[in-house]
Amino acid sequence: MFGYLRMFLMVALLAGITAGVVGWGLHMIGTTPLILEAETYESAAAPEAAATDRHDHAHGSDHHHDAAAWAPEDGWERNLYTLGAQLITGVGYAFLLTAGIVFFGKGADWRRGLLWGLAGFASFTLAPAFGLPPELPGTEAAPLLDRQLWWIGTVIATAAGLFAAARLRNVYGYAIAVVLIALPHIIGAPQPEVPGGLAPVELEHKFILVAVATSLAFWLVLGILTGAFFKRYAAETSVAA
Amino acid sequence: MGMDMSQIRTATHAQAKLNSRSAALAAAMIVAVFGAVFIYGIGFAGADVLHNVAHDARHANNFPCH
Repeated sequence: MFGYLRMFLMVALLAGITAGVVGWGLHMIGTTPLILEAETYESAAAPEAAATDRHDHAHGSDHHHDAAAWAPEDGWERNLYTLGAQLITGVGYAFLLTAGIVFFGKGADWRRGLLWGLAGFASFTLAPAFGLPPELPGTEAAPLLDRQLWWIGTVIATAAGLFAAARLRNVYGYAIAVVLIALPHIIGAPQPEVPGGLAPVELEHKFILVAVATSLAFWLVLGILTGAFFKRYAAETSVAA
Repeated sequence: MGMDMSQIRTATHAQAKLNSRSAALAAAMIVAVFGAVFIYGIGFAGADVLHNVAHDARHANNFPCH
């Protein structure tokens, strides 16, 4: 088992780190400039709070950050931490993809990996974004815990639905998929009492578009690499269940 | 009577394949737990410092933030 563990960890680390760097590069040119622009509206709305802690956003009484908490300095330091965060995100998702490929039991190559990447994008980005679109700092939102629970539930339901459809490939599989994928949206995502935000609507819309597109590119790279590395280093574990 | 050598070999091979499949599944289970812990830590953990460090990545990756 430890032989397999080492194999899977290597596949996921190689794919996750590479995709993380690519994702970070895309964020640097795509989402980060929009986040910084949105923060100018935030600091204009609450100059004092912004001076002490740029993350103490002027909304939601349920959400309060300790103004004294350490935060990286704007500029290269902040971007370096974003790189670190994106690497952990990439490796974390690569762990889940690799495990998914093994559970599925049909092996992988870069083509199958591409499909895995699309499934990851659909489960982790697209499905939650239907109810909770990517948000700029300063956007009104429902209580954090409610949104986190809905997000996690939606991701699990969508991923399980896709897994069932792809694995069973019969009417039961497709029926399970339809129910599981639709359910979170029938329940509905938690919404703020008063919607709105500090940044202009056009900026919000641009951010949603850029964040979703960036995520698609990230997931495709991650899927293709995970599939290719899986074939290269872990093909022997592709024994069908 | 009983199994000849080739039958025994086939049975042993099938058993080995099954063992290796369960070992692979067990390893994959551990990898999945690692993945969940990583994603929880980067996207959901509540500590302010973690939030500040991962702030831009949380927004960009559409984790619920703030």
